[in-house]
Amino acid sequence: MMIYLPIAEVSVNAFVLLGLGGIVGVLSGMFGVGGGFLMTPLLFFIGIPPAVAVATEANQIVASSFSGVLAHLKRKTVDLKMGSVLLVGGLTGAALGVVLFNYLKALGQVDLLVRLCYVVFLGVVGGLMFIESLNAIRRAKGNAAPPKRRRQRGWISKLPLKMRFHTSGLYISAIPPVIVGVFVGILAAIMGVGGGFIMVPAMIYILGMPTKVVVGTSLFQIIFVTAFTTLLHATTNYTVDMVLAVLLLVGGVIGAQIGARIGVKMKAEQLRILLALMVLVVCGKLALDLLLQPGELYSIGLAGGH
Amino acid sequence: MRALLACVLIFLAPLARAEDVVLGLSQKSVSITTNFDGSEILIFGAVKRDAAIPVGPPLEVIITVAGPAQPLTVRRKERRFGIWVNTDEIEVDSAPAFYAIASSAPFSEALSDTEDLRHQVSISRAIRSVGAPMQVENAAAFVSAVIRIRKENGLYQLRENSIEVTEQTLFKTSIAMPANLTEGAYDTRIFLTRGGEVVSKFDTVIEVRKVGLERFLYNLSRQQPLVYGLLSLAIAIFAGWGASAAFRIFQRS
Repeated sequence: MMIYLPIAEVSVNAFVLLGLGGIVGVLSGMFGVGGGFLMTPLLFFIGIPPAVAVATEANQIVASSFSGVLAHLKRKTVDLKMGSVLLVGGLTGAALGVVLFNYLKALGQVDLLVRLCYVVFLGVVGGLMFIESLNAIRRAKGNAAPPKRRRQRGWISKLPLKMRFHTSGLYISAIPPVIVGVFVGILAAIMGVGGGFIMVPAMIYILGMPTKVVVGTSLFQIIFVTAFTTLLHATTNYTVDMVLAVLLLVGGVIGAQIGARIGVKMKAEQLRILLALMVLVVCGKLALDLLLQPGELYSIGLAGGH
Repeated sequence: MRALLACVLIFLAPLARAEDVVLGLSQKSVSITTNFDGSEILIFGAVKRDAAIPVGPPLEVIITVAGPAQPLTVRRKERRFGIWVNTDEIEVDSAPAFYAIASSAPFSEALSDTEDLRHQVSISRAIRSVGAPMQVENAAAFVSAVIRIRKENGLYQLRENSIEVTEQTLFKTSIAMPANLTEGAYDTRIFLTRGGEVVSKFDTVIEVRKVGLERFLYNLSRQQPLVYGLLSLAIAIFAGWGASAAFRIFQRS
């Protein structure tokens, strides 16, 4: 069944969109990630204009994060205070990101920027995760003692503006969380992702937050940052496609529930190594597009912005 | 009724040229609905004449359908630092979003180059490009790239020998419009030619517009972007809440 998307102005098969939403939903349910970093490139591949894909995906992430955060609130694994501090940075970052996005769009380089961001971040995160989970599997086989977590945050503990975060059990400066927030906010606006795959490691390794509150807190702030990004894209670029978002949502929320059940039955290391491989495959495909000579060297854009 | 028709003909007679077009369209407008998947428009007509069929070269018919003209930016990729990036760009002042030509004979036989220049019929003449910057070499390659890309997408079509002409009087053809159409008034021109010279010309318009939900969402997103954005968010939050609520019920049972 073909559906004409009113904003993207292309006609696509509704079942392909439902299926994509479903598959990415299953994966995000299995691995506990938002799935934006997979969905946005997949939307590029099926021919949705990149600007529309990025803006619409932000809207879809609002839905999946909201669904996730409700479960975490019930388990009291959301640090609302830390979330709010991250959010201050996140909103600033998202605004900066949209400005940067529009500037590069005018230059005709937005495609390149989005793709480069994807290649770099997917490559780094996928690579690190792959090495880390390989080591974890090797350790599990050798029955060696797990390495001690370093709790050293030398220069971070010297910063001013200290705040107490009860849920996380931390007493640290507000500056590092704000900076992390700004950084993830910029990425959210440019890449159309929630940024969970960067936020989560940053919270654990840079801020030293306990793992059990990390996912909930990250989801909490992602809702607001992506909601803000959606509004900015909707009002400045007119690129949020509601029909596309709804189709992806329906597939996504169903898939996420199925994925969560599969995820329970698998070992954490296996899950992580699968996720790492998947991230690297998407990264490789995008990198090849940049490195190989494209079949068509010319591209057409409407003059004057959109 | 016949008397009325005769009256009309008498009135028209002094104004009419020797050969004139009477046109029919299978549809006057194309509606882009939610399940829009392209459209086929049947164009048919007859040649009305007062005298006998003139001797000489046979009558040929050319039909063009042109979508709304838009200014374009065409960019070319080049290898920089090992990756392919957009470098040169030119502005095309005006190019139709859709352009189809159907003709009853090979195009160059049906229309002479002079007449093509006068009426701007061929695809390359329908695109207007003046202000190419001096530093970009080979600006013509950009315009031919536009034609090539849009031909591949079915947005530009040159279909020679696709009009059936019967007895030099009746003609018909169909124009296929792809799914990725732009809204607007599609100017439709019918030329009658003999020996490459235009003997008669007829213009009409086919309206292409989004209808129903498509129209509503598109207008809302342009006229009330904030409301549209908030509505998108409301749907997202409701769906997120609904999914988690539904799954809780599902788990309990």
